Amino acid sequence: MTDPRSLASDAWYDLRRRPLFLISAGLIVVLLVLAAFPQLFTSVDPSAGMLSRSRQPPSAAAWFGYDVFGRDVYARTIYGTRVSILVGVLATMFTVLVGGTMGILAGYHGGWADNVLSRVADVFFGLPFVLGAIVVLSTFRETIGDSPVRITALVVLTMSALSWPVAMRIMRSAAIAARQQDYVRAARGLGAGAGRVIWRHLLPNCLAPVLVYATIVLGAFIGAEATLSFLGIGLRDPVVSWGVMISEARNYVRVSPHLLLFPAGFLAVTVLAFVMLGDAVREAFDPKSR
Amino acid sequence: MTPILQVEDLVKHYPVQHGVVFKRTVGHVRAVDGVSFELDRGETLGIVGESGCGKSTLAQVLMRLEPPTRGRVEFHGEDIFAKRGKALRALRRSVQMVLQDPYTSLNPRMTVGDIVGEPFEIHPEVAPRGERRRRVQELLDVVGLNPEYVNRYPHQFSGGQRQRIGIARALALRPEVIICDEPVSALDVSIQAQVMNLLGELQRGFGLSYVFIAHDLSVVRHLSDRVAVMYLGKIVEIGTEDEIYSRPTHPYTQALLSAVPVPDPDLRARRQRIRLTGEVPSPVNPPSGCRFRTRCWKATEICADEEPALVPRRGDHHPSACHHAEVQRVIPG
Amino acid sequence: MIDVSEPFVSEPFVSEPFPLLEVADLQVEFRTRDGVARVLNGVDYHVDAGETLAVLGESGSGKSVTANTIMGILDTPPGFVTGGSVCYHGEDLLAATPDRRREVRGEGIAMIFQDALSALNPVYSVGFQIAEQVRTRRGMDRRAATRRAVELLDMVGIPAAGQRVGDHPHQFSGGMRQRVMIAMSLALDPEVLIADEPTTALDVTVQAQIMDLLAEIQAERRMGLILITHDLGVVAEVADRISVMYAGRIVENAEVHALYRTPCHPYTLSLLESIPRVDLKDQELTTIKGLPPNLTAIPPGCPFHPRCPMARPQCRERVPDLLPLPEARSSACLFAEELAHR
Repeated sequence: MTDPRSLASDAWYDLRRRPLFLISAGLIVVLLVLAAFPQLFTSVDPSAGMLSRSRQPPSAAAWFGYDVFGRDVYARTIYGTRVSILVGVLATMFTVLVGGTMGILAGYHGGWADNVLSRVADVFFGLPFVLGAIVVLSTFRETIGDSPVRITALVVLTMSALSWPVAMRIMRSAAIAARQQDYVRAARGLGAGAGRVIWRHLLPNCLAPVLVYATIVLGAFIGAEATLSFLGIGLRDPVVSWGVMISEARNYVRVSPHLLLFPAGFLAVTVLAFVMLGDAVREAFDPKSR
Repeated sequence: MTPILQVEDLVKHYPVQHGVVFKRTVGHVRAVDGVSFELDRGETLGIVGESGCGKSTLAQVLMRLEPPTRGRVEFHGEDIFAKRGKALRALRRSVQMVLQDPYTSLNPRMTVGDIVGEPFEIHPEVAPRGERRRRVQELLDVVGLNPEYVNRYPHQFSGGQRQRIGIARALALRPEVIICDEPVSALDVSIQAQVMNLLGELQRGFGLSYVFIAHDLSVVRHLSDRVAVMYLGKIVEIGTEDEIYSRPTHPYTQALLSAVPVPDPDLRARRQRIRLTGEVPSPVNPPSGCRFRTRCWKATEICADEEPALVPRRGDHHPSACHHAEVQRVIPG
Repeated sequence: MIDVSEPFVSEPFVSEPFPLLEVADLQVEFRTRDGVARVLNGVDYHVDAGETLAVLGESGSGKSVTANTIMGILDTPPGFVTGGSVCYHGEDLLAATPDRRREVRGEGIAMIFQDALSALNPVYSVGFQIAEQVRTRRGMDRRAATRRAVELLDMVGIPAAGQRVGDHPHQFSGGMRQRVMIAMSLALDPEVLIADEPTTALDVTVQAQIMDLLAEIQAERRMGLILITHDLGVVAEVADRISVMYAGRIVENAEVHALYRTPCHPYTLSLLESIPRVDLKDQELTTIKGLPPNLTAIPPGCPFHPRCPMARPQCRERVPDLLPLPEARSSACLFAEELAHR
């Protein structure tokens, strides 16, 4: 018999060989470095603007040119990476945590607990994302003021609140399937309590579909934040994100396309990278292809 | 001597519900509908029946994985359904199970060492932490697996080996009774013998008592001391292995035995063939009186009016639930 | 209610120039990520009209792959036929065009599977599925085709066939579904029926009914029946001849009585000694040690030698050919003669 091979290491072995994974992972690593250490890529202050430089096209001094307020577009794009990715990651984390917890409890207990939790999820499910976000964000726009932290937090929480039912459904169906497996029965027969059954037996076997969902939804959240910011209700000054930049560039597309092109390009590449990653992970975890 | 396990009139009904938000109960699946038997220390009681007879549900209820609707099960004279807390934990250590499907009975994300060692984690009083690894290796050795494989994952083993891992897990807490729910049905023919021999050896070596549930009558005969035949949630006949196989008195048992293929072509012409017609009735609405009457060639009026009790009948001393019980030797030789 | 009957005895068959269906030196490999698995390594068997050939083997022996190759439903990739022939009335199907193969499938050779629920389309009624075959292949109109479907369902013992013709597969019990599958396979009056583990998933009383049905149909239509199974009991009850498979090869051929009386291959012998019998008490079951070989790395020499209780040094050197023995049998063991005279 060969060395011990867990299913996770099998999946990793498989992933390492897929070009789709390698390319997307590489891109994401670059983006993460950009987000974590923007100072490595630019020394310019993204909020420092000189109106005399307004809307200047790309040049040697400013690779991406200057925006309406004379701020360096390249610096803003780099700093924007951090915000966009942070929002995406945080929103995904909350969605998975809340949805996942509710899902696994509903799936394990069944009965009335499942009923109640599922109906709660249905209510949230019924709220359309964009409309719901617009309503919530515009309602609270005044109350949270101009603090960047609070603006970002509101956007993150709103997006999570409108998306968690999907994560809950995925986790719930995975939990229901896992709960019927004989090894769960064996654990209960040994006297394992609910905590041990959920933590040790259900959770590890339910993570795969949720993981796949998480990588894909990360890309979606980054795009969603851009959409909301574009509409003017998501992030806004003083926070800089790609969505904000695209929003500001809206009126000048024909005269100064560089204002739109660069943030939009970064956005598209990032979303694509995460979706590709999600695809690769899903294929690697798919037991049928093994 | 008191039997180690005593089952009295055990009943398990599942409600059949309609409706999405507010569920209405429209009927009951009478999966186990009044089962009684005893298990003595060191013996193997085989429970045999076809699909839908309730034997798997019986296993679940005996293991306290499902609450009973009615009835009593006594382990060493004590009601198992009344136990809580420490007493329940002690029960879990004494009554364990081996399951059918080697591909789903082991958590694919745990190593073999973790799987066999989990009983010690749940019941830390059985083995101090330092000793656990050694005990796990001992258990793997006892079931015929290389103890060095503790770090391997289930998917790296064959079906027969996985079944052995499941048996090792069941033995960890040194139980007295093991409920075997179709332990060899999912295995290849040549592997079945290995696992059956293992179960036999373990019984002798550890003084275990088995409730051996299966649909394969040949396997059951090989391992059992006594056998109970189930049909639609009830035991229709119970006796020693010799009584059931050589002197069956219930028509269903006779039909069952006549249908079992024997690997001997010379018996083709000599075997008596009893072929049942019709289908197994639904357990939601079993026939009145004797449940087998809709497919039985001996059925008369009394069979519809009065349910036959499981008592010794004319012909032989072992209990049989048939008004017209009569010994008919079905298996040649 | 009770049917106490005599077992069906097959009549002697008239010999023809070719066997009805003959598989010769069939070789199939599966190309997987973990290597090339040599699933079939030169399989030969044949069946004639009116006789029942049992192909006996466990999982990994290649018995189902052979059947799939005959039917032309082998998954390609990963399966590839690398040699041999499948001759139907003397015509090599492997060399035939896809259209010709499709023609033969259903009309010449039909197949029934272990799991009727996954073999039948859950979305269409059983009547529709049966009728579709005669409609597309025989050009019957809808009404005539449905009548034929009802006829077939009735013939296989589905009560109230007229009403049930519109039901879907999941509305039938396991045994009934199997009958439906048999009815479907007979729709085009095939000459050969391949039954791949037809009763493995069924209760023993239902199994007996289905095996009786198959025997009845076979006798009536004088079909050649290839029964693929691992169940030595079922084989003893219905087979005329048996081919035992192991690791993609035939290791023994014999007529049924001879095989059980005097097995001439250690694998057959070990199998017979390891199964519990319902008519014997206090048996000692001998086990076959070890596991079936990994088909991507079959050991040299006889594929069974690592597990063989009689293995000797010569067994490792070369793969034994099928040695002909008296009474029209053969065995791929170097010491078959020894076993024959036990």
